[in-house]
Amino acid sequence: MKKILERLYNGIIKENPTFVLMLGMCPTLAVTTSAINGLGMGLSTCAVLIMSNLIISLLRKIIPDRVRMPAYIVVVASLVTVVDLLMQAYVRGLYASLGLYIPLIVVNCIILGRAEAYASKNPPLLSLFDGLGMGIGFTLALTVIGLIRELIGKGTAFGFNIMPSFYEPVSIMIMAPGAFFVLAFLCAVRNAVMMKRKQPLPEKYCTGHCASCMDTSCNIGKKEDDQQ
Amino acid sequence: MNYLTAFILGIINYALIDNVVLSRFLGLCPFLGVSKKTNTAVGMGTSVIAVITISSALTYVINRFILIPLDLVYMRTIVFILIIAALVQAVEILMKRKLPALYKALGVYLPLITTNCAVLGVAIDSAQKGFGFFDTMVFSVGTAVGFLVSIVLMSGIRERIQYNKIPKAFQGMPIVLLAAGLMAIAFFGFKGVSF
Repeated sequence: MKKILERLYNGIIKENPTFVLMLGMCPTLAVTTSAINGLGMGLSTCAVLIMSNLIISLLRKIIPDRVRMPAYIVVVASLVTVVDLLMQAYVRGLYASLGLYIPLIVVNCIILGRAEAYASKNPPLLSLFDGLGMGIGFTLALTVIGLIRELIGKGTAFGFNIMPSFYEPVSIMIMAPGAFFVLAFLCAVRNAVMMKRKQPLPEKYCTGHCASCMDTSCNIGKKEDDQQ
Repeated sequence: MNYLTAFILGIINYALIDNVVLSRFLGLCPFLGVSKKTNTAVGMGTSVIAVITISSALTYVINRFILIPLDLVYMRTIVFILIIAALVQAVEILMKRKLPALYKALGVYLPLITTNCAVLGVAIDSAQKGFGFFDTMVFSVGTAVGFLVSIVLMSGIRERIQYNKIPKAFQGMPIVLLAAGLMAIAFFGFKGVSF
């Protein structure tokens, strides 16, 4: 029980995929034009993450080490197809606004990263809760970013008008540049809080590429720095 | 309008006006991660051009002549990602054998490209939009050129940022994201260009 809670805490706060690990940046910035979109994207990623962690953990002793990456990709891609079809059938409006980013969950680094870093080495139940924690962390982050952008850019929250009528929406916030600005300020706030608590700033950003979280050729930027 | 003009205008459109990183948000991870040095950025950008061009030609053929006739369109995501993964592996092996010099320069980036969402994104997007072969190629080459342009510009900015005084909380990722946001605003300027 303690271990399960530890997994949830790890995913939501200690190793939050968006604010601490900086993983899965593409959907984080692309679909957070409103809180609802952020929530929808977060939940669909969360669903895929929980199932993929569970299945990969169950298969961890069967999959040979050399072909594990293709095997993980097949598992994740099948789950994404299921989610894609379900969303097409039941939540058409949300599906239309998330569009291309639903099939692109396959290449979301959080999912393959967790498969490689956790699910392939740990028992099914813990892996499931690891996926749940990470999924909730990702969903919360996307909803917060979406909420801030929607509030400043449109003056609404979850579609409800809550800003006073004299408020002039800053529409750049719901366009592409606004995504970068909001994430930049949220990261700066995180850094400021950590400095105040005298904690070391997270050194291990996603060093380059989604793949850096999962294979040996990671730290590509770092190696370059060391050479020079 | 002949094919050449259409090709050039299409490239300008997808590379600058509708830039893949700054307005479509694909391929952000390498854009943020591999843009510390200009050399690395050029290497990454060039490999992405090569892989995107080959992979979208291949996925177009498979989609048009296998998936659509057999009514297997729902298998698109799985098939495409496997094709891309296999293709990247094949290119890596071929390059190692036949072009060792090029492999030495670009080889390190190849394994990273499998999970670059720009590659899969372009393939799925052009299949969903029902582009013909010519449009698919214009779309993919234009997107890849746009990726190269933005990652090289970003690496130039980051090399300069190193020598600036930045508030402590903004050091690292936040300042890079701010720079990217300003670049996105600059690229908005191209929206005024129309043909």
